[in-house]
Order: sequence, then structure tokens, then C-alpha cells
Amino acid sequence: MFELTVNGTKHQVDVVPEMPLLWVLRDELGITSPKYGCGIAQCGACTVQIDGAAVRSCQARMADVAGKAITTLEAVGNGKLHPVQEAWIEHQVPQCGYCQAGQIIQAIALLKTIPKPSDKDIDVVMSGNLCRCGTYERIRGAIHAAAEKMGGK
Amino acid sequence: MADMPTLSRRTFVFASVAAAGGVAFGQYARAQQAPASAAATNPLTADLGPNSVTFNPWVEISPQKITLIAQHADKGQGVGSIQPLMIAEELDLEPNQFEIRFAGPSPAYFNTGFSHELAPFMAPDRSPEAEKARAAALEWLRKAGLQMTGGSSAIPDTFDKLRMAGAVARETLKATAARRTGIAAADLRTEAGNVILPNGTKIPYVALAADAAKITPVAVTKLREPSQWRFIGKPMERLDIRSKVTGEMKFGIDRKMDGMVYAAVQLNPNKGQPIVSFDASKAQSMPGVRKILKISNGIAVIATNSWYAMQAAERVDCVWAPSKYPAEQAEHWKVAASSFVPQFLGKEWRNDGDVDAGLKEGTLIEAEYRAPYVGHQPLEPLNGIGIVTDKGMEIWVGHQTPQSVQAIAATAIGLKPEQVTFHNEWMGGSFGHRLEFENVRVLAEIVNQMRGIPVKLIFSREEDFRQDIPRQIAMGKYRGSVKDGRIVAADFQVAATAPFKELLARMGTPTKDPDGQLAVGIWNLYYDIPNYRAKSFEIQGLSPSTTWRSVGASANGFFTESFIDELIHAAGLDPLRARIEMCKIPIYRKVLETVGKMADWKGPLGRGKGRGVAFVESFGTAVAEIVEVSMTDAGIKIDKVWVAADVGTVVDPVNFENLVQGGVVWGLGHAMNCELTYAKGGVQQTNYHHHEGMRMYQCPVIEVRGLENDYTVRGIGEPPVPPAAPALANAIFAATGKRIREMPFNKFIDFV
Ligand code: FES
Ligand code: FES
Repeated sequence: MFELTVNGTKHQVDVVPEMPLLWVLRDELGITSPKYGCGIAQCGACTVQIDGAAVRSCQARMADVAGKAITTLEAVGNGKLHPVQEAWIEHQVPQCGYCQAGQIIQAIALLKTIPKPSDKDIDVVMSGNLCRCGTYERIRGAIHAAAEKMGGK
Repeated sequence: MADMPTLSRRTFVFASVAAAGGVAFGQYARAQQAPASAAATNPLTADLGPNSVTFNPWVEISPQKITLIAQHADKGQGVGSIQPLMIAEELDLEPNQFEIRFAGPSPAYFNTGFSHELAPFMAPDRSPEAEKARAAALEWLRKAGLQMTGGSSAIPDTFDKLRMAGAVARETLKATAARRTGIAAADLRTEAGNVILPNGTKIPYVALAADAAKITPVAVTKLREPSQWRFIGKPMERLDIRSKVTGEMKFGIDRKMDGMVYAAVQLNPNKGQPIVSFDASKAQSMPGVRKILKISNGIAVIATNSWYAMQAAERVDCVWAPSKYPAEQAEHWKVAASSFVPQFLGKEWRNDGDVDAGLKEGTLIEAEYRAPYVGHQPLEPLNGIGIVTDKGMEIWVGHQTPQSVQAIAATAIGLKPEQVTFHNEWMGGSFGHRLEFENVRVLAEIVNQMRGIPVKLIFSREEDFRQDIPRQIAMGKYRGSVKDGRIVAADFQVAATAPFKELLARMGTPTKDPDGQLAVGIWNLYYDIPNYRAKSFEIQGLSPSTTWRSVGASANGFFTESFIDELIHAAGLDPLRARIEMCKIPIYRKVLETVGKMADWKGPLGRGKGRGVAFVESFGTAVAEIVEVSMTDAGIKIDKVWVAADVGTVVDPVNFENLVQGGVVWGLGHAMNCELTYAKGGVQQTNYHHHEGMRMYQCPVIEVRGLENDYTVRGIGEPPVPPAAPALANAIFAATGKRIREMPFNKFIDFV
């Protein structure tokens, strides 16, 4: 039995210690915004926040994240839209949308460390998030807009 | 359009492109035994609740809610949004006033949009003969009742019919209100889901549903003028954007059912071949494992969690029947190279002037081009949920051909197609992958052994790669001659596996006709070359292949537009100006001129920079692209791309731009670094680090302009793809002097 807190709610799960957090969230808890894309840290679709940091949940073993606070896209805005989500809507970023939970969480992490990122900063931080539909340019635009909204903070 | 008559006479030569499509779909019709009237029946009537009305297969109104049916499946291209909005345009609904449901299988949803692609006339040809052939193709399609999302046809198919569906519903609701109130329908108007009386009283549509069901739908002859449009052509928010940004959107892979178990598979990497034997002793005792099943080409593990299932599936030792195609990639290329012989001739698509004589004039240029197998690999892996009971099978799976899902699943487990109930899902990409059936067949075999229990199957990424039926492998043997600053003759030969023909065969409707997709990019060449010949050869005995975003044009467009560039260079001409001057179709010339203006094209850039241009018409849509690159110490950097595309009417402008940008990223990314190669009968690339596509740091700024000069509305999902690779190769040549004739380009040059 492991205990974990997801989006403010405590859960008990009975899984093997090696099970990646991604599959705990999806199949044990029914939280589906983190997506399975590659399983090997190549796509970023599974990205969630663990204690505030953006982490590939397909690489995080249950035993290592037990007791930590996990936030998924469903809760990044605390009941409202996060400014990054607002920017994503205004820029109409998604096509299929499958990668976008990971993109948004990665972008939030980027803006936390670099409140006014350059295109180069965006390239460095966002290149681990694959988008097979090719929405990169809109992601770039939305990140700049979100930075603006958040007032560089 | 002064040039058109010549073109249309010439096109008569190519009558069997239509035969290819027509006969195939004709067979489809017979196979389905669709009664001629089936297309006229409204499938919504069957499940209609009390006091509800349906005016046509796209609109359903109950006393509680309005439901609009999206007949084309949404793979991310935005049709789940624009289809209902086109209905709402005429029905006077606001975007938050209706629910969207994907269509179930029915011939009522036959795709009219294929009629242009199937008629043996080039897209810009408006001769009476061409229109007649398109009308005939439409009749075939109606009889066939084929419901398919693909071929960039969703908008051409639905642009008129969905607006009409909305208009009929609106007028019928008005007639209903007129009956109820005694006020003439002409004095009523509609707005935001209400019929509005002259005194301002509002009657909600839902309150009229029961009565509306009692009257015959009113015939409408005229749709609203573009000046009256509220949505079409205006920037609008896609209806699926918010749920995709909040994480609420449920894709097929996200659905959950009570009592559901999870399945993962290990299938024979030698595509299409069975399993011989297996040893599950290691897997059996692994955590979460409930059962290990044998299926025709592999094993399935049933577990309490997808991850347990995937872990255990990998640990089953399987003995596979060997591949029927060559086990090693080098052999595939050898077979391809030896296919340019009469025995494998698909068709001679063009033979204008005297090519052999023309080739003897001036300077002869010869080149060989190659396009490898490539994977689709949408980010959502193949999956599906199914359950088998005594009544039959129910399946939830994102797919582009609902009727084929029924047929494939039924055949796999001895049911009749009508015993399979199909529910479509929002899809996390497809690019042609979800026109194939491997997950459907495998799921049917699994749930048939798990009767009464719902099972969710997910392919691991590795399994998805291994089972991905790739884009065709293709080779081009191109020759041409130039003299006095002109292209005198060109002889284009392409040998490729036949993707569309193979897909038809897997759908149960084989055809012997040449694959029309292999003509795209060599047949529909609009340059004024006096002596021109184009032939396709169909390679036999290699890996199965299928439609990959832009299909035939994805390889042929690269060959043709790169080689045209070689000829233009040999003739000492400017790549853009020469194309504009050679282009025989005025509206296409405009596309080239527009992209030139956007990029401010002025010839060579110098200083390690280069620009390349390419122009391809596919699925009726003309697209020109200019790519600019620079040489850096770390390799080639793609700086900027300009795109002009003519679609007749830009229906959803923001999404249009997004799709074009995505198409360019798709075309460039795979041309740079993707191929699937075979070793020991299976593909060697099993995850994205082997087959990466484009990432953020490589993505240029992509500037897009949509033109509206074409006479009819065209699709945009695929047509931006084919010009991307040749424009990039031509830019690399301009910057470096190096001509790359094979994809992926990173075998020959480094990219940043
Ligand atoms: S699924 Fe975790 S990075 Fe791809
Ligand atoms: S929007 Fe489809 S993968 Fe990114």
C-alpha cells in the first residue's frame, strides 16, 4: 500500500513499488490528463508536477513518489484557468491535444524558473515535449503571451 | 483558364484513375449490398427518444437538448468542431447550445468528397466532361455508401450538406412554430436556438421538437450568402480547445468501464504472419496478470493495469512464423530498383509530345530518388475497448472507417457486421494510422475469449511501431533535358508499393486497377513541358504499406519538385520565376506568385543561406512553399517557411493556419530524420528516439496565407505536406550546392 496526494486528495494504492506514477494515476485512480506516449522519457505527454516540479510520470516509480504532492493538468489552475491555459486557448494551440497536458505543465515549469523566456529558452526547455501534430509555433506564441499575462512573475 | 481545354483533352488519356477508384468503390458497394435507398434513410430515427425529432442524419432535437452529429472522425484536424458549427451557421445555434456526437456506421454518411479525387480529371479542370465524370463518381459513392474520413475530404464533403442540414432543420422548426401560432413562417425568424415571433416571443427549438416530428421536413433551395455568415471564414474558437487545455477531454485511451480489465499484446513483428508457439511461464506469475491468451498472430496478456499487462506481454517468449517479404532492408531496396519493368507497370499516366526525341535534344539530366518506409506514430497509441456478449460485440475505438471496423471485427470472430456496435472516439492523431485495423482485429480476438468482460487494449509504443503499416517505399527514376533555357522533355518513372490499393484489399474490396495514389505528383504536373511522360510501377512482395498523410504525393512530390529544380538549375533559370512561367493554370500561378511575395523572393541569398521552393497539388489543393535555411557550425538550420494554399473558401481560418503549420512540421520533420527499416523481418525503430520527427528547437517560423480563388472548397489536412520536403532539399542545394535525393536527409547532411 502506498499513499499519495493527487490534486489535494489523498489516495491509497496497492501496486508494486516499480509501477510508474503514470499508470497509477491513469489506471488505478482514473486521472487521465497525463498521457502515455512513449514510456521512455521521449515525448513528455505524461508530465505532471511533483512537489511543484515538472516530472515525466512514466519515469517516476511509485515507491519514490509516495507521500509527495502530485498535481496534474486538471488542477494546475486551482479551480480557475491558469494563465498558461488561458494563453493556450487564446492561441488555439491544440490540434489532437494529446500532447498538450504535458506541454502546458512543462510551460508552467519554464515560466516559474524563467519568467520572461526567450525563444532560445523555450527551445531548450520545451524540446523534450513531442507534438506529432506540429503545434510548436503556437506553443511558442502562447508561452510568450502567458509570460506577458503573468507579468514576468 | 485559356489553357484548360488542352489540359482536359489530355486528361482523357487517364480515364482509368477513375476506374481505379470507381471500380474499387463499386465493388465495395456490392460487398456491402447496400440497398440503393439506404443512403436516403436517416440512421438517427432508430434510437430517437420520445417527443424528439430528427430532420436528417445530422440533427437531432429532444425536449431536453440539441445534438449535432459529426460524421467525419476527429483525429485532431478540428472537424469535430467545424462540422457542427457549419450546421449551427444555418440553424442559428450558438456554440454552447448543442452536444456533439460522432456518427455511427451508416451509408447515409457516404463521403461525397471523394468524387473529385475519383474522377479522372485534374483538379482545375471544369470541362463538361470533367463535371460529368465527377457526377458519375458521386453516384458510385452514393451506392457504395462508404463512410470514411480521409483524403482531406471532410470539408469538401460537408460544406454544402451540413449547411443544408441546418437550413432544413431551421425551416422545419419555423413551419412547426407557424402551425402552432398561426403566424406565417415568413414572419418568423430564428436566433440562438429559438424561433422568434414578430412580437418578440421566443419559442425554444427543444419546445418544438415533438410537433416538428409530425411534419415533413421543409425543402430548402438556397443557403445563406457568405455576407450573412457568423462563423464560417471568421476566427473562431474550436469547440474542443477548452477541454483539451483543461485535461477534461477523454480520448479513446481514457475511457473506463465498470469491471474493465486491461490488455497488452506481443504480436509477430513479421507483419501479417501468425504465431507458431509461445512460452508464458515467466509472465504468468508477474504482478497483476490475470490471463494469457493466444491470438492468431501473437499473445495477449490480461491484467489489472495496462502497465502490468505491457510488462508481462514482453516477457512471453514467442516463436514467430517468418516474414513473407524480405527480412532485410537492403533487399527491399533491391526489389524496388528491379521493379521498373513492364511486368510491374501500374500505368502510363502521361505521354505528351515525343519524349524520346525530346530527351535527345539539349543536355540530358538523370537522377534517382528514394523515399523510405515511414511510420505514422500519432502520440496516442492504438487502443480500443470491446466487449462480447451473446448479442454480439460492442467496440469503442477511434477510427476513420466505421463500417470497416464492423466488418473486420465481425470477420475475426465469426459475427455478422451488423452484430458489431461501433462507437467512435476523439483521437490523439492518426496521419493514416487509424485507417488500418490491427488493433480492431486483435481486440475482437481478445474480447471473444473474455466474454462478458469489457477489455481495454493498449498497444505499447514499441508494439505500435512494430505493427505500424508504413508509408509506401518508393523510388524515382527521373530523366529530363534542357536546351536554350527551357525544359524540353521529362520522363518520370516511380516504383512504389501501392498504399491505397493495399488498404482497399485489407478493407475487403480488392481491385486490380492501378493505384491512383502513385500518380499524384507525376500525373497532375501543371508545368508547360512539351514532351512529358509519367509512369508508375507497383512493387510486389515487400512490406505492406498504407496511406500516410498525403499518401502518394508524400514521396512523388519530393521526387518531382526536386528534379524539376534540377532541370531549372541546369537551364540556368530562377527556381521560382521558372515555375511561375511554366505553370499553366492561372490560379496556381497565383499561389506561386503569392508565396514569392510573402517571402520577398529575389533570387540567391548568399552567405551560407539558401531558399528552396516547391509546388504540389494534392487532393485538389494547390500549395506552394518556400523554405529558408542557413549553414551553421552545428548543421543546417531551418529559419523560416512561407506557405500559400488555395482552398476556394477558408472555412475555419485559425484552424486552417494551425493545420498548415502542422503539415509543414510533419513534412519537414520526417524528411529530416525518419525512416523505418527492416531487419529479421521486423522494423528496427521502436520508439521516438529512433524516429523523432521535428522538435521545438528545429521548428521554424511558418507564415501561412490561404487563397480563395479556386472554384470549389478544398481540404487542407494533407496538401501542405508534399511541398515541404522538396522545398527543404532545394533550399539545402541553394545554400550548400549539395543535392539530396533520398529521405531522410540526415543520412547525408547534419541538421541543427
Ligand atoms: S510517456 Fe513519459 S515521456 Fe513519453
Ligand atoms: S496536438 Fe496532437 S500531438 Fe500535440
